[in-house]
Amino acid sequence: MEKKIRVLVAKAGLDGHDRGAKVVASFFRDAGFEVIYSGLRQTPQMIVQTAMQEDVDVIAISILSGAHMTVFPKILKLMKENKMNDILLTGGGIMSDDDIEKLQAMGTGRLFGPGSSLKEAVEYIRYWYENKGAKGE
Amino acid sequence: MDPKAFKRWQQEVAKAKLRDAKFITASGEPVEMLATPESIKDLDYDRDLGLPGQYPFTRGVHATMYRGRLWTMRQFAGFGTPEDTNRRFKYLLENGQTGLSVAFDLPTLMGRDADDPWSEGEVGVCGVSVSSLRDMEILFDGIPLDKVSTSMTINSPAIILLAFYIAVAEKQGVKQEQLRGTVQNDILKEYIAQKEYIFPPTPSMRIIVDMIEYCTEHLPQWNTISISGYHIREAGSTALQELAFTLADGFAYIEAALERGLDIDAFAPRLSFFFNSHNDFFEEIAKFRAARRIYARRMKEKYGAKKESSWLLRFHTQTAGCTLTAQQPENNIVRVAYQALAAVLGGTQSLHTNSMDETLALPSEKAVKIALRTQQILAYETGVPHTIDPLAGSYFVENLTNKMEQGAEEYFRKIEELGGVIPAIEKGLFQREIAEAAYRYQLEIENNDRYIVGVNAFQDKDEKIEILLLQISPEVEQEQVKRLQQLKRERDNNKVQSLLKELKQAAIENRNLMPVIIEAAKAYATVGEMVNTLKEVFGEYQEPTDF
Repeated sequence: MEKKIRVLVAKAGLDGHDRGAKVVASFFRDAGFEVIYSGLRQTPQMIVQTAMQEDVDVIAISILSGAHMTVFPKILKLMKENKMNDILLTGGGIMSDDDIEKLQAMGTGRLFGPGSSLKEAVEYIRYWYENKGAKGE
Repeated sequence: MDPKAFKRWQQEVAKAKLRDAKFITASGEPVEMLATPESIKDLDYDRDLGLPGQYPFTRGVHATMYRGRLWTMRQFAGFGTPEDTNRRFKYLLENGQTGLSVAFDLPTLMGRDADDPWSEGEVGVCGVSVSSLRDMEILFDGIPLDKVSTSMTINSPAIILLAFYIAVAEKQGVKQEQLRGTVQNDILKEYIAQKEYIFPPTPSMRIIVDMIEYCTEHLPQWNTISISGYHIREAGSTALQELAFTLADGFAYIEAALERGLDIDAFAPRLSFFFNSHNDFFEEIAKFRAARRIYARRMKEKYGAKKESSWLLRFHTQTAGCTLTAQQPENNIVRVAYQALAAVLGGTQSLHTNSMDETLALPSEKAVKIALRTQQILAYETGVPHTIDPLAGSYFVENLTNKMEQGAEEYFRKIEELGGVIPAIEKGLFQREIAEAAYRYQLEIENNDRYIVGVNAFQDKDEKIEILLLQISPEVEQEQVKRLQQLKRERDNNKVQSLLKELKQAAIENRNLMPVIIEAAKAYATVGEMVNTLKEVFGEYQEPTDF
C-alpha cells in the first residue's frame, strides 16, 4: 500500500483565527493525507519539534496575523539547523504577493494567499511529494 | 389569494426551465421561489411585530428610528504606535465619523506587553499596541473623552483597558459617569470562535460580572458588554448559528449577573450586541429582526425584566470581512454597500463598513474614506432611512424572520440539554457546528456550487493586485519596547509591586477587581503584569485540538 503523505497543519504565533486551518485540515484529510493539527499558539520551535516527532513530510502554516515575515524565516532556520532538508514548508493566509515572493525566495515552498483553491494546494503537495526523490513506500 | 391563479402559476413553473443553480441562502438554507400570504398565515401583527419602540421590537428599538437620529458611523481603527492611531482617529473625526472604535494588536488582546517574547513580530501589526496607561494617554491625546463615545474591541484583558480609559479621562478632568462607550468584553465567543482567551471560563465570567457590577454603579452610560456574533460568523457559522449562539451567550451573562444578586433592570439596559452583515441580503435582515424579537420575549417572559429598556436589543453591525476578496478588490466596495444596506434595513444602531483592501492588510486611508462615504451615501442619498422597517409585512422576509426565531429556539434547547453555554463549549458543540458549516461553505466554492465573483467566476486572467497597502514598519516594535522599558525605569516600582500583590489578594478573596485595577493602572502597572498576576490565581485555558 502506498504511504500516506503526512502533513502538520500548524497555527503560529498569537493568532487565534483557526477557520482556515481547520478547513484546510479537513480538506487534506478528505484528500487522503494523514493530518496532524497543532492547535493554537505554537512557536516556531514547537512547530519544528512536532514536525520531527511526528515524522511529517509537510509543514503547512496558517497565518492571518501579519507576522508571517517573522514566523516563516524562523521556521526555515530551525529546519536547516535540524537538517530537515526533505520536508516541505508551505502555508497560507493573509500575505501580499510581494511578501509571498520574498518568502519563497528565502526557501519556503509555495505559499497561498486569500482566495486560493484548496484543490490546487492538494495537487501542489502531491506533485512535490512525487518528485522529491526516494522516500517512503 | 385566488387558488386557481396560484395553481396556474405552479403549473407554469413546473413546465419552465430554470437556471442551473442552487437556490440556497449563504447559510445553505433552501429559498422559497415565491412567498405568498400562505407563507405567513399565522403571523399576528400586534403579537409578532408591533410598532417601532414597542414590544416585541421586531420593527426597531426606537419610535422614530433613523428619522430621529441616523445610525452611528463607527469605523474600527488601530495600528502601529499609539501616535499612529491617534492621527487616524483625528482624521476620521474630521471626516464626519461620529464615534471611535479601537483595534488593539494581538499582544494587547492576549494580555502580553510589547516586550514579551511571544509578542515578537506582532507589535502594532493587527491593531494599536497598548502596554500601559502611558500608551493610552498618547492614543487619546487631544480627544475629549466627554465628547466622543469610544468602543474598544478588547475581551480577555477588557477590565484593564477600561481602567486605562477611566484613568485617561480622570487626567482630562472627565468624570466616570460622563464616559460613553463600549468594551466588547465578550469572552464566551472567544472560546467559541475567535480564540483570544486567557483564563478558563469560570474566572473569566467572574471578571465580567465584576465589571457589570462596577459600571452599573459608576459608569451608567457605559455599555459593559458587546455580545458578539460577528466573530462567530467570521469563523464560518451560518446566519442562524450566529443568531442563536450569540443570544445564548447573552443569556449566559445575564444568568451569571443574576446569580451575583444584581438587579436585571439595573444592568440589562447597558448590554449591547454586535452582529455581522454577510452577503445574503434578506437572510441578514431577517436575522436582525428576529434577534430583537427573541431577546425582548426572553427578557420579559423568562427573566422577568420590568423596564422596557431591558427588553431592547441594541446592536452594532460590521459588514462581513470574510466575504471580501483579494481578487479584484474594488468589487469589495459593492459587496460592502449591499451588506450595509441590509444592516440599515435590519435597524442597526451603529455600523462599520469594511474597506476594500482588508483581505491583505489593515486599510489604507483612501480605502477607509470610501468605506465611510458608502455609509454617508446610504444615509443621505438613497432615502432608505426616511421610513421605518420598510420590509415589514413582506411575505418572504416575515417568513424568514419566523424561521430564524424557530431555529434559534431549537439551538437554545440543544444548549440547555448540554447544561448551558459553558458545558457546551467544553463539549465542543459550538466549535464543531461552526467548523462543519465553514467546511461546507468552502466545499460549495471548491465545487462551483457557489460563485464568488473574481475568485471562481469572472476571474481576470493574470491579475496583478495594485492597491496601496498600509505597511507596519518593524520600528514600531522597537519604539514600543523602548517606551515600555523607559516607563519601567521611571515609575514608582514599589507602588506597582504592592498594587499587584493587592490585585492577587482581591482575586483570591473574590473581591471586585475593578477598583484595584484602576489603582494599578494609574501607577502604570502594565497589561502583562496584571494579566500574569491573575494567571497565578486563575490559570490558563487550553482548548481541545480536534478538527
